[in-house]
Amino acid sequence: MTNPTALVRKPYTPKEAVERLRHGDLGAWPVAGALIVIAIVFGSLNEHFLSSENLTNLALQMAATGTISLGIIMVLLLGEIDLSAGSVSGLCAVVMAILSERLHWNPLLAILAALVAGALVGLLHGLMFTRIRMPSFVVTLAGLIGWQGLLLYLLGSGGIINLPFDGFVAKLSDTWLPAWAAWTLTAGLVAVYAASGVISRRRRVAAELPVTAMWWLSARVGGLAVVLAGAVLVMSADRGVPLLLVIFGTLVVVFDLILRHTTFGRWMYAVGGNVEAARRAGINVTRIRVLAFVLSSVLAAFGGILSASRLSAVNQGSGGSDILLMAIAAAVIGGTSLFGGRGRTYAALLGILVIQSITNGMFLLSVDSSVRYMVTAAVLALAVAIDSLARRGNAT
Amino acid sequence: MISARDISKRYGAVQALEGVSLDLAPGEVVALVGDNGAGKSTLVKIISGAVSPDSGGLFIDGEPVHVGNPHDAQRLGISTVYQDLALCENLDVVANLFLGSERRRLSFLNHIQMERSARDLLTSLDVRIRDIRVPVAMLSGGQRQSVAIARALIGEPRLVILDEPTAALGVEQTAQVLDLIRRLRERGLAVLLISHNLADVRAVSDRVVVLRLGRNAGEFRTADASQEAIVAAITGAAA
Ligand SMILES: Nc1ncnc2c1ncn2[C@@H]1O[C@H](COP(=O)(O)OP(=O)(O)OP(=O)(O)O)[C@@H](O)[C@H]1O
Ligand SMILES: [Mg+2]
Repeated sequence: MTNPTALVRKPYTPKEAVERLRHGDLGAWPVAGALIVIAIVFGSLNEHFLSSENLTNLALQMAATGTISLGIIMVLLLGEIDLSAGSVSGLCAVVMAILSERLHWNPLLAILAALVAGALVGLLHGLMFTRIRMPSFVVTLAGLIGWQGLLLYLLGSGGIINLPFDGFVAKLSDTWLPAWAAWTLTAGLVAVYAASGVISRRRRVAAELPVTAMWWLSARVGGLAVVLAGAVLVMSADRGVPLLLVIFGTLVVVFDLILRHTTFGRWMYAVGGNVEAARRAGINVTRIRVLAFVLSSVLAAFGGILSASRLSAVNQGSGGSDILLMAIAAAVIGGTSLFGGRGRTYAALLGILVIQSITNGMFLLSVDSSVRYMVTAAVLALAVAIDSLARRGNAT
Repeated sequence: MISARDISKRYGAVQALEGVSLDLAPGEVVALVGDNGAGKSTLVKIISGAVSPDSGGLFIDGEPVHVGNPHDAQRLGISTVYQDLALCENLDVVANLFLGSERRRLSFLNHIQMERSARDLLTSLDVRIRDIRVPVAMLSGGQRQSVAIARALIGEPRLVILDEPTAALGVEQTAQVLDLIRRLRERGLAVLLISHNLADVRAVSDRVVVLRLGRNAGEFRTADASQEAIVAAITGAAA
């Protein structure tokens, strides 16, 4: 491994580091900092906040809105917006509930149908955006209202469909990994991460490309191991690692790999960065855009199903209230640029963690929701301010 | 040898080009000059397939070729660097160089192969960028223009068209880009350079072709021509 001829990429000089910061390459540091502050503040104000039980609840609460937020990131990367994600999540959850409860479909089939419904909704949005050239803001604002209307229509006068507590869907959010499974998963993830790092480093050395220093790779692997092990330890002390968190985490990782390692992902970033350049490079911009809207709606649909699973019901409020704003806020707080072309799927995970911790902490402190809204708004404004400043830095 | 022969193009009432001909030989830098509205960009668009001529056409080594769209042109080895850079500032140098023609297995990017080729290409062109994995937004104007030009070489073209490559650059960065153009010539490429800057034109070109009001208005060997003669052809003072 210690090849003497290996070119080791030098760390940035302080000047270059500042330059990178000015250009908005802050990475996950502001969010990580925010999380530490949140943990300290709420942890000291309420001894229950950092308890295993509460942190496990937090993990459980994150998954649904986090998944919707992941979808939002797909359109934000193009510099567009999807305001319909909340309504679509509710609508598709209702579709799933009607198929499985009223028509007695197999629950897996019902979920699949709901996801297809989401895909069709996204396709419609995408076509209206690309073919009719309506602004995405307007298309999805119409969607926000229209799909909510369809949801109310489908639910009819009953207004609520309960999902059986022992049914497949409800079980999704009441399944916990046994300790051995959680630890195996953790070990597996760390091993795969380390192996892929080492293999790619070897291949780079073989191709005589500069590599990052070995200590940095080790530090990253170690960091991942510590974070994952810490999370598993905390949650195992309570009910265990919730399946919902594993599902959400898998989605985040899979979409990150897709975005960074496939042509589709590369082209998403390209379209978000400079549409004209992408078009001239022969990229089918329309297809990328439509796909982004489809992904957004499918992920919203899946988030809606997870949310229905938590509630064991769908009702007129499904996908309503502040879910959409939380999902958008999470994406932006996590570091996705509103101007397109910048951001990673981990933004959904980190951003929703920030928002959900604030919500959860204030709930524990019995702070009125009026204050909670204002604090969340302040955090969102701060995130957008950082984003805007970074963009200004980019322009000069 | 790529030739455009007898090209005419009319936009409504404006005769943008009328019977224009142009020869582009391997290993030669041809500068296309002319006043605003002389038809330079129109001619370039026709050669690069973005616009179809009303009459006349392209010939490669004497054979007529059909160029119906930019894709055809690229397939024939005609590569264009546009005036506005057409780079994605959020992507790194490697990603920009290979944008739209990524090396891949199935749909999966072959990062290492692309980075290796990118390094080799930039080294061979003597383009110096400390870290080619940083977003293009962090590069200087000259480096960006160099990346844009290097990008035109990815498909192994025979002709590279550069539309005002030094327009937005300072003195030192202009020198960098002119050096790069010389290196394209050394590689045996035909280069068509559009520029308003006669100093650049004289510094780097082998031949100057003048357009005036959509017609050929003179052709000079750069080494033999005086600045006055070229200016006279551009303004029509000689006629
Ligand atoms: N798409 C178009 N529609 C109508 N007229 C056009 C179009 N494109 C070019 N023209 C006209 O054709 C003529 C030649 O334009 P062209 O852009 O080729 O000139 P140019 O030599 O590139 O000028 P400049 O130095 O300003 O770039 C001009 O009179 C212009 O107005
Ligand atoms: Mg022009």
